[in-house]
Amino acid sequence: MSTTRLELRTTPHIKAGRTVEQIMRAVLLALAPVCAFAVWQYGLSALALIVTVTAACLATERLANRLRGEASTLGDASATITGVLLALCLPPAFPLWMGAVAGIVAIALGKTLFGGLGHNVFNPALVGRAFVQAAFPAAITSWVPAYAPDRFTAFIPSTLTPPLMQPPDVSAWAQAAVDGFTGATPLARWKYDNVLTPAADFFAGSVAGSTGETGAVLILLGGLYLAARRYLDWRIPVAVLGSAALAAWLFQLWAPERYPEPLFVLLSGGLMLGAVFMATDMVTSPVTPLGVWLYGALIGVLTVLIRYFGGMPEGVMYAILVGNALTPLIDRYTPPRAFGTGGRR
Amino acid sequence: MNALPTSSLAMVRTLGLVAAICGALVVTAYQGTLASVEANRRLALEHAVFQTIPGAVHMRAFVATPAGIVPAEGAPAAAGERFYAAYDAGGRLLGIAAEAAAFGYAGEVRVLYAYDPAREAITGLTVVAHKETPGIGDKVIHDAAFQANFRALDARLNAARTALANPIRVVRHGTKRAPWEIDAIAGATVTSRAVGKAVNASAQRLLPLLAQHIEALRQAGGENGP
Amino acid sequence: MNAQPARPTPMEEFLEGIWRQNPVFVMVLGMCPVMAVTVSAVNALAMGLATTFVLTGSALLVSLLRGWVPREVRIATYIVIIASFVTVVDYLIQALSLTLYTALGAFIQLIVVNCIILGRAEAHASKNPPLPAVLNALGMGLGFAIGLLALGSVREVLGAGRLFGLALFGADFQPWGVMVQPPGGFFVLGGWLLLFNWLKKRQGRLQAERGTAHG
Repeated sequence: MSTTRLELRTTPHIKAGRTVEQIMRAVLLALAPVCAFAVWQYGLSALALIVTVTAACLATERLANRLRGEASTLGDASATITGVLLALCLPPAFPLWMGAVAGIVAIALGKTLFGGLGHNVFNPALVGRAFVQAAFPAAITSWVPAYAPDRFTAFIPSTLTPPLMQPPDVSAWAQAAVDGFTGATPLARWKYDNVLTPAADFFAGSVAGSTGETGAVLILLGGLYLAARRYLDWRIPVAVLGSAALAAWLFQLWAPERYPEPLFVLLSGGLMLGAVFMATDMVTSPVTPLGVWLYGALIGVLTVLIRYFGGMPEGVMYAILVGNALTPLIDRYTPPRAFGTGGRR
Repeated sequence: MNALPTSSLAMVRTLGLVAAICGALVVTAYQGTLASVEANRRLALEHAVFQTIPGAVHMRAFVATPAGIVPAEGAPAAAGERFYAAYDAGGRLLGIAAEAAAFGYAGEVRVLYAYDPAREAITGLTVVAHKETPGIGDKVIHDAAFQANFRALDARLNAARTALANPIRVVRHGTKRAPWEIDAIAGATVTSRAVGKAVNASAQRLLPLLAQHIEALRQAGGENGP
Repeated sequence: MNAQPARPTPMEEFLEGIWRQNPVFVMVLGMCPVMAVTVSAVNALAMGLATTFVLTGSALLVSLLRGWVPREVRIATYIVIIASFVTVVDYLIQALSLTLYTALGAFIQLIVVNCIILGRAEAHASKNPPLPAVLNALGMGLGFAIGLLALGSVREVLGAGRLFGLALFGADFQPWGVMVQPPGGFFVLGGWLLLFNWLKKRQGRLQAERGTAHG
């Protein structure tokens, strides 16, 4: 493989003293509170899931290094981030062996196959999630309540399912653990039963959802930290969330009785997590500010469209994957202005 | 190859020869397999009907029209509602089976349901074909709780005998109250609804046509016993 | 006529399609049935054998008629011959098992447009006497069947926990839904191509090493 470094911007190149490791460490730091909150909500199962998925990602990365005959790339922490992000967007009761499958697929299919870090077309974590979504559609839509009383002493029954075996039905366990638990995410409850979850529940993290998607405030704080250190392009989350809110507002204007309020759309599901940590992946998002705005807006609007008109209640994952796929096209039509030419000012 | 242009006659001759050989081939294959193909078709249908109506060993196909019921053999294809009357070894009418179809999550869901005229109820359901998501929608085939809906699903006719007294409808999981309601599978509501919709639509068309002729069907078992 | 290269032996003719020119793993031809019907080993094998039958039958007829078919109408002739054998195999499968027939669906009729068959008729059978033509077609067909079976077995094991209908992992097995859906076909084909190319590369390297050692 060639090791040519491509400069994607026109001259002059100002080298900032940033390395991949630095950025990745900062992302991990930003993710730490989200992980901690997830463990606080779901206990041992969430911890085991995060550790297992990350370990599967690291092992696959190491194996890929060996097969390609190159030095270990574990040190750049990118595989760790893929693992943590992937675990955060899986349901907390997800069997560990399925989590490991997701981790292996994420790195093998989402990253190594394209040539490793920097060459991947899609966000590896989302590739892994899309695979298990298609492979295990039942397990990935089995939700459990947060704050089960014995969460720090016992696993959720499905967590320790033996490899290749079907997880046990957790609905009875969930009912017993937290009274009145419906087993559905706020999006599913809105889509199939027309029940709107109040915003306060979202902030308390007491709604059903993926391991790390229910702590909206912590996700936003992590995003702010990364944006402040300029490790992520603030335009992407702003464009994603803004366009999703705008689309939701327009739909509500058109048929208020049928569509939920924009705040619900922003808080529910994985939109926050996706907008802040997944869509902002530097490798799979456009380069120029205009491109980034287009990319973010596309993801936001697509998310709302998939949620409202698709077969499934959630659409962030597919929206970001479509955005990833269109990134080269967006880059092509939004070339950076060469230094010293044109310009209005 | 030859440089001279081929004459039209040679081309026609070759094509004619090839067509004749191939024609003979196809006709031979058709004649040779016809008997077993038809036997297979009958067996597959019988298997589905007997599975839906336990105890049945013999069946006859009929078509129900507003003018009455006629045996399906020889009846015009689109004349009315096709159904199968199933009999036990003694020629006693056990029930009636009919096919129903509706659009589910990913495509048409086709089912065969059994109707017991004595109890005026639907007593069994077999999924014939579907394209639903494996692991979710295809639960309708084997899910015991869902299949239990069809052990005695009320299908009584109204006083005027023109439609079902209570339309069969699918309700959200865990909310079945009336005997004509179908309790949907949690997480597979769309497919459950398709099954219910299909059965209701078919029963609404077929059962009123059938109501007058149950006695005739009982007799029919005797004249064509096993 | 030009001087021909050395005629391949009957064994070489037969093995051509199984290894060196395998339709699935080397030529990557006829991918439509490869993706669509390989959800189970039985379906895959049945499709492979049906294709083998059509391939061999049409190769024999095309080879026998090769002296009489004018160039101008050769494609029409081949298509008529292939379509007839497809019709025959369609009836045969219906007579054998309706379950199999419904599982394979339109892909039996679609054998007629499988490019391997017309490709072999045009490139091989029309230029060779019946014996080599039939051997080559048989090898190609079996190579195709092996390819389909390779995909079908993996997809059935992961997608249903069974192989040839026999349960492998007990009742609690979690089927991988994606494996019986079209994306699963692409994943498994990709995996096999990876393995096959790796093997070929290794074989080539080993041969090269032996060559230098001897030279």
